[in-house]
Amino acid sequence: MYGTGLAKGLMLTLRHFVESYVDDIRYGFRKYHHSTDNFGIRQGTQTKGVITVQYPDEKVAVPERFRFVPFLIVEDEDHPTRAGKDWCTSCGICAKVCPPQCIWIVRGNDPNTGRPVPEPEAFFIDIDICMNCGYCAEYCPFDAIKMDHDYELASYDRTTHHIHDKERLSKPNSYWRSIAPTRAYEEMLARGTWEHKDAAKEARRGAAASRASAPPPAAERPAAPQAQAAASEASASGETAAPAPAAEGATPWTEDEAKREERRRKALERKARRAAKRGS
Amino acid sequence: MDNPALAPERQLDTTTVDEAIGYLRSEHADAVSLDDRDGYQGIIIGSGRLLEVARVIRDDLGFDYLSSATAVDYLGAGDHLEMVYHAYRTSGGGALVFKAQTDREKAEIPSLVSVWRGADFQEREAWDLMGIKFPGHHNLQRILMWEGFQGHPLRKDWREAYYEEEQKPFDSRWPGGHVHRAEEKNIFGKNVSYPPDIDLGRLMDTSESAVYQSLGLGVDVERIMDKDGFETNELVVNMGPHHPSTHGVFRMVLTVDGETVTSLEPVMGYLHRNHEKIGERNTYLHNIPFTDRLDYISSMGNNHGYVLAVEQLMSLGRKYNPPTYRSEALRVMMVELSRIVNHLWAIGFWLNDIGAFFTPVLYFVQERERILDFFEAVAGSRMMCNYMRFGGLFGDLPARIKSVSNLTNDRVRDYNTIQFLTEMINERIPRTIDDLERLLTQNEILIERSVGVGVLSRDDAINYSAAGPLLRGSGVAYDIRRAEPYSIYPELDFDIAVEEEGDMYARYRVRVAEMRESVRILKQILPRLEATAGESIWADGKPGAYAPRVPHGEAYGRVENGKGELGYYVVSAGGWGGSSNPWRYHVRAPSFINLTPMGIMSRGHKVADIVGILGSIDIVLGETDR
Repeated sequence: MYGTGLAKGLMLTLRHFVESYVDDIRYGFRKYHHSTDNFGIRQGTQTKGVITVQYPDEKVAVPERFRFVPFLIVEDEDHPTRAGKDWCTSCGICAKVCPPQCIWIVRGNDPNTGRPVPEPEAFFIDIDICMNCGYCAEYCPFDAIKMDHDYELASYDRTTHHIHDKERLSKPNSYWRSIAPTRAYEEMLARGTWEHKDAAKEARRGAAASRASAPPPAAERPAAPQAQAAASEASASGETAAPAPAAEGATPWTEDEAKREERRRKALERKARRAAKRGS
Repeated sequence: MDNPALAPERQLDTTTVDEAIGYLRSEHADAVSLDDRDGYQGIIIGSGRLLEVARVIRDDLGFDYLSSATAVDYLGAGDHLEMVYHAYRTSGGGALVFKAQTDREKAEIPSLVSVWRGADFQEREAWDLMGIKFPGHHNLQRILMWEGFQGHPLRKDWREAYYEEEQKPFDSRWPGGHVHRAEEKNIFGKNVSYPPDIDLGRLMDTSESAVYQSLGLGVDVERIMDKDGFETNELVVNMGPHHPSTHGVFRMVLTVDGETVTSLEPVMGYLHRNHEKIGERNTYLHNIPFTDRLDYISSMGNNHGYVLAVEQLMSLGRKYNPPTYRSEALRVMMVELSRIVNHLWAIGFWLNDIGAFFTPVLYFVQERERILDFFEAVAGSRMMCNYMRFGGLFGDLPARIKSVSNLTNDRVRDYNTIQFLTEMINERIPRTIDDLERLLTQNEILIERSVGVGVLSRDDAINYSAAGPLLRGSGVAYDIRRAEPYSIYPELDFDIAVEEEGDMYARYRVRVAEMRESVRILKQILPRLEATAGESIWADGKPGAYAPRVPHGEAYGRVENGKGELGYYVVSAGGWGGSSNPWRYHVRAPSFINLTPMGIMSRGHKVADIVGILGSIDIVLGETDR
């Protein structure tokens, strides 16, 4: 009969209309109240009601892998030996894998010797150009650059606010562990230490040297609260993470100057070869 | 034009592509030679006899579907331009790749529009971007750039306004990367050059008259007498570029007689950014996030097509590990979820276009949101997923879809990933599709509005290189997942959705049926994910290199995306020029080529139907204009 299809469809809209009030009835007027933890249910697979989020009164907390504009990791202020130090070694891989080429890095130089040091002198990201692909974080061999979760970056003037310099980009390691505990833990497993790769290497070397004279002290160091949280999560899953002992006063770039110089020479040669090839 | 329907009767017994090539080489030995460049395939046809051999390829050998036609500039490697054609049989099987070469200075290759109408827009694109003239083409004008644009931007010696270096990574970024804004160093205007004979004071835009000319509108507008003896004129109506029905900046120039459309010409390029030139500057890896921005509704499918093309090339070399089974299963899962998202979106907005305003689309968007939440938790972004890598993926599924509160007012969700997926696939998505059908499939208004409107016949659909639901809605059971299977599709059990009528309603039915098939596939993927739990997504256990070396050769990777056949034609220069950047990167965009038959589908319908017909093709301007 003509019109039955129409009527069927209208019944469906009626059902949707009724269902949109199910949550309201269940939670009364407290549906959007902070203390009513129905958000996961409202957004989940079992709900039949509306899934609307009342931004900005309530915001969807983003998942750990969410990526929005990179930031640089620096050591926490309470780190015993490396407080405030960059994890970045200015190797330049992030600048190379960046698809829109929005990363600018000035490699640091030792003022006395003039040789490059593994620390960026300046670091810029033009967030107007950044396409939030996450490659820099994915391919960074030192876990030094990460994608942020703070997506509220609106500003009044893009010409002055949208090039993030090193100061703006730097965020403490504990921040990263707090926004992405699982991933920070996985990275720690891959690195073998909660510390920076180079710092850990230096620490091992220092430990080996001291072992010759005296037995090494037990690794005891006040960890950041977030780190402890992550570590307790780790131990809950049956694994323990022993933080590597930090070496006293070790600067990674003072080691093995000859080797470093050799690497630099080779890299320059490679670059010259590449340039020659391109020119021909 | 010959009737392609006659073709099968004359078909020769050449089942495989190699046999077809063998036949061409024996019968047309003077015109056809094998392409024996390292890593290349197919044949090179002398351009003088291209038209003749192309007819043989279509009629006698049965390659009735011209998938892709594109040009490559071999500057510094033979100094010639080359048209590359990929022809397929709609009965399935591999591509017959044939090429025609021409001089860079006086580039001319005969047009194949009289053989395959699907070559129409693609040849215009080749003229526009590469500067090859196609004698015999009925309307050879620029299609993406504007008339009056100087030069052909895809030529290797053409440089863009903010040109910095031939290839990325740029040397200025590291180690002495003192930041600057491109527009400060190279403010707008410095790169504009005018040809010497131009008088700026008398500058005139010629593009409009060219568009109207192609509609057959000269100075004398044809006069029509209606049945009462009134003298009426045909009226030109511009729909767009800023028209809410065009889903973006897209323009259609119609001529109408009363309210009946007599001809239609799509005008595009308003969102053109020369994706392909950017792609040639990029390294192979850089291109993956750029493909997200093509058809931004189904970025997973875009990733898939591109990585398949590059993996084809990489497999020519020695150091290549194909993706693991788990990787393939995850890829298929993501692509099928995107297909559902794409079809929900397409149907929703098509319904909007024909008057079911926003009620259905919002019901569908609720489910889409949940799928996007899943993408966000797995890939890191809702729409610009950037999930696939050469030989693997960005990451395995996380154990939990979990968020950490960071900003003020953040509300936290925490689900078990597999449980979330299972409930989505087994309960929510099928229920949504049921709802969709109950809401609309039998709706009398919808049926009257869409049945018999925008009909594309079976022969036309093939000849115009239509793809995806547009092709299958016209009764051609051609789905690349079956016709030339990739990934793990051969072992999955699903059917190709086909409808015979070729109208808007048929396309709607095809999309609904395809979503059901996608759910069927997803239900088969779930046990596969469980079986491979713990397996690495990388063949050798560690992520692929950021600058993979891609050997010399060409590859055409194509996938059945939500909108149709999405193909990537990638040429690697390997030895003779930087092997981590592609020499040529071409996107065969379904949204672009599916517009070729828009004119014939619209003829005779009312203006209000045009909106619906465009919606039923399902285009995304990011992909159309590239």
